[in-house]
Amino acid sequence: MRQATLDRRDVLARIFPDPDRYLFISGLAGPARDTAGLTKDGANTFTMAGAMGAATTVGLGLALSAPDRKVAVVTGDGELLMNIGSLVTVASMAPPNLTIVCIDNGCHGETGGQTGHTSRTANLEQIAKGAGIASSTVVETEADLDKAAAFLEEMPGPRFIQVRVTDGPPTNYKRNFNMAECRIRFRTAAMNTAGG
Amino acid sequence: MDEHWSVDGHRHFKAAGIRQVAYVPDAGLTKLIERCREDNEIETVMCATEEEGIGLAAGAWLAGQKSAVLMQSSGVGNTINAIASLITSAHFPLFTIVTMRGQWGEGNPWQVPMGQAVAPVLEAIGVKTFQADTAADVSPMIEAGLRMAYSTDQAIAVLVSQRVIGSKVWVAGSSEGKP
Repeated sequence: MRQATLDRRDVLARIFPDPDRYLFISGLAGPARDTAGLTKDGANTFTMAGAMGAATTVGLGLALSAPDRKVAVVTGDGELLMNIGSLVTVASMAPPNLTIVCIDNGCHGETGGQTGHTSRTANLEQIAKGAGIASSTVVETEADLDKAAAFLEEMPGPRFIQVRVTDGPPTNYKRNFNMAECRIRFRTAAMNTAGG
Repeated sequence: MDEHWSVDGHRHFKAAGIRQVAYVPDAGLTKLIERCREDNEIETVMCATEEEGIGLAAGAWLAGQKSAVLMQSSGVGNTINAIASLITSAHFPLFTIVTMRGQWGEGNPWQVPMGQAVAPVLEAIGVKTFQADTAADVSPMIEAGLRMAYSTDQAIAVLVSQRVIGSKVWVAGSSEGKP
């Protein structure tokens, strides 16, 4: 396996050059901070700080209920693996408007950087493909990153992007931790803004 | 013969505006699941584990839709952290119907501890439980539970007793669990 070189703090802005067009759901820890940094914790963003493993299905429920909106789940390798079976459910329901971005740092960054399964034997992109996800790719170089936005626009959904990054720190962004406020803020934005 | 409770259950779903139904297959839920699957206005999502249904309910709500999650009692054990950390913490509404095992006349010892723990465990994480001990209880509890969940942003579980579901369903085609 090639050594990861990408800095996670740089990747989301390249994948989503126009984040206002998306509704974002993020799993806990680093991906939540990276996502909040991308959107400045905007109303189109619902980030988690718990419920590990739930990001993919929250995004699926949203994508099925808002078929005219582009929905992106931003998760980490640990969060995704906790409910890896949810990829099968995503593939089975096949929402064309859903993209899952897994920021794979190969470790559990939030709890001290303990080695994760993707540093050993697990290949998330192959798992997504095996689940039946329509389009999947691995981003691990600058050249891959240059093509990621086009992948989102051109490939049929649901899409899965595994972004291999170093084990460096996530984006330094302080997000709103009032969950009840965030859920109402998000819902109001999701229901009142046009699709993009 | 009276209609099966799933007829009223589906009717209450329609009246309440339920548009998404997540489930893990269970014999006691089959009729309700089939009614929902045949309904073009309801998106049914077969889950790999019940925990997925909790995320789906939150996601549907974020888009302005109402949903229901259907599971067997053993599946409740798979949902606890998702309910506590996501639903209860953020005050999302949740409506779930749980078909019970491990109680009335259970023949499978694997079902008993989780079945007996369903109500206290759900209540410990902030879910209000309506326990339907007779067939006549089920319909009004579904109707009342849906109203309460979506009018007051509460998590509500209707627990359908094994006494209502009947033992014939769950031992069909198998000698296991018979005395």
